[in-house]
Amino acid sequence: MEMLRFATAGSVDDGKSTLIGRLLYDSKAVYEDQIESVERTSRDRGDDYVDLALLTDGLRAEREQGITIDVAYRYFATPRRKFIVADTPGHVQHTRNMVTGCSTADLVLVLVDARAGITEQTRRHAFIASLLRTAHLVICVNKMDLVDYSQQRFEEISEEFRDFAARLEIPDLAFVPISALKGDNVVERSGEMPWYQGASLLHHLEHVHIASDRNLIDLRFPVQRVVRPRSVEHRDFRGYAGQVASGVIGVGDEVLVLPSGFTTSVEAIETYDGEVEEAYAPMSVVVRLAGELDVSRGDMICRARNQPTTGQDVSAMVCWMSDGVLRTGAKLAMKHTTRWARVLVRDVHYRLDVNTLHRDREAEGLGLNEIGRVELRTTSPLFYDEYRRNKATGSFILVDEVTNVTVGAGMLLRPGP
Amino acid sequence: MTYTMSHLDALEAESVHVVREVLAEFERPALLFSGGKDSAVLLHLATKACWPQPVPFPLLHVDTGHNFPEVLAFRDARAEELGVRLLVASVQEAIDRGEVVEDAGPGATRNRLQTHSLLQAIEHHRFDAVFGGGRRDEEKSRAKERVFSHRDEFGQWDPRGQRPELWSLYNGRHRRGEHFRVFPLSNWTELDVWQYIERESLTLPSIYYAHRREVFRRGSMLLAVGPHTRPRDGVADEEPFVATVRYRTVGDATCTAAVESVASTPEEIVAETAVTRISERGATRADDRFSEAAMEDRKREGYF
Repeated sequence: MEMLRFATAGSVDDGKSTLIGRLLYDSKAVYEDQIESVERTSRDRGDDYVDLALLTDGLRAEREQGITIDVAYRYFATPRRKFIVADTPGHVQHTRNMVTGCSTADLVLVLVDARAGITEQTRRHAFIASLLRTAHLVICVNKMDLVDYSQQRFEEISEEFRDFAARLEIPDLAFVPISALKGDNVVERSGEMPWYQGASLLHHLEHVHIASDRNLIDLRFPVQRVVRPRSVEHRDFRGYAGQVASGVIGVGDEVLVLPSGFTTSVEAIETYDGEVEEAYAPMSVVVRLAGELDVSRGDMICRARNQPTTGQDVSAMVCWMSDGVLRTGAKLAMKHTTRWARVLVRDVHYRLDVNTLHRDREAEGLGLNEIGRVELRTTSPLFYDEYRRNKATGSFILVDEVTNVTVGAGMLLRPGP
Repeated sequence: MTYTMSHLDALEAESVHVVREVLAEFERPALLFSGGKDSAVLLHLATKACWPQPVPFPLLHVDTGHNFPEVLAFRDARAEELGVRLLVASVQEAIDRGEVVEDAGPGATRNRLQTHSLLQAIEHHRFDAVFGGGRRDEEKSRAKERVFSHRDEFGQWDPRGQRPELWSLYNGRHRRGEHFRVFPLSNWTELDVWQYIERESLTLPSIYYAHRREVFRRGSMLLAVGPHTRPRDGVADEEPFVATVRYRTVGDATCTAAVESVASTPEEIVAETAVTRISERGATRADDRFSEAAMEDRKREGYF
């Protein structure tokens, strides 16, 4: 069974919680005692209807304030796929949460209220999904029952969104007219919209082709730890444990290790369950290399003819996630693959308005939930790729060196002017 | 070659990555091991992550003193088999020393008291990372917990002040005296756990499989007649009877209930889990039913 991770975006008003509640309930991932508990809370609070948002809003503060604060992860499975849902709130900390949810998502599902049509929020969500290079975007035009299941309305909305999306990089875009409340086109095709020839939402989620989304071309193996057991059984064993970030590594392959630049060959690829001939992303393995080499955590195994960029001066799109302001001159800690470095912010190049895509070059810094292009200098060289080509070697987090809090997320850009 | 991975392979690879990040970045990890199925899977994954080295960190069991004997036997056997040090933090001893006071009344459990012994052990051994078998599908407040979950110097969890966690870039930086709870099974569900137990042929305590046992009903819970739970005198509904049951979770014996089932192999449990309509905790844990926020409140104080 394959696994699909998707993020949902939209506000409570768009019926997002109702949709998730329905997907979970119809796939039997919500249990009767959980439904009872939600019904009880709704009743105690004096709600007129059962608030399915309570299924996902787990924290006391969320239930008391009736808002979703944080990304919640939900799980369900059908016979075809296991799904991990990152449910991102629409109101509070929207950009930070959306960026977090999208960072691990194969697909993003954006809800649009059929009556309201495309809003600023829809555009913002689509932009963040494209910034995070989520390969698949599904626009769910919800509440079709409230517009008399109008084909014309659905097509207007789809058309308007396509016009906007032409400015973004979205490899796969799909539109599904649904009513989360009534269940139309969620799990089963609806009889109310015979004009719609596409799949139901769940069918789409079960069948969307994600196997080709991974980068299987560029071998990148960041060394996670050096394994030297020094035991009787494994006396001379020296291996490099890690998760294949991208590409394929095979026994006998000629490889190059950064930063040393030495080339050698792969002697064996081992796991607890035995040796394998090949390993590919995202397998966790132990690689043994021929010869005595000086390799440590944070080093990168790649190929001589296909190496990542090595550099200390990098450009990135950064999403700032902290109350303070990210300004030129700031010093922070950075985690990139399995390597920590310190960084100096050399320049905040521009701030991007996530609603209009306007670039504000006068901006002096990035505030909470703002995204912009930043120039950084790192204390030690990074072995990286452009994020759009390689998410694993193109992403990093920024950490405040005093509080140790994660304050930013970055996506590396192509090196050059 | 299609280079595709099954969901279990992908989950395993992610969990192994998480364990290895801890091995690389922390000085004194420990693994919470109760002998339950989630901790059995966690320990198996840790074994894979450390291979070919033996698991270098100790196992820690917070012992309420209310145990199922089969589970304790399994706990000891597993630790011995792997040659791993087993530490036991005893709630009974904390009670005897007068550090904590037991709740009174029919619904009383030692669940909450475990926090004291857990935090004491973490402080005493100066653990900076403690692996737990918690899963996000178990309970609502867990659904928002990070894989690397920060605890302050009092062991407290601040659910609203959690660090954003992106890609697979985990931030375990902390000050001395603070620690992390690390949950490699975050993205696993109960069904995944059972499918994995089946695939890996993992051994579990026998009480996870169907067996005949004398039980009684208390509310919606099916409790064993034994040293830790017995029918109350004069309560008409608590008539004991013999039934074929298994345990879906194994915790403190005073508040862990059995479910009626004839599933006697992992395969049969997978089939049953796929169609059950009651959640794992709802069916078997009396302690989570007290209030909507029972788990969140315990977790804030430093619970598992």
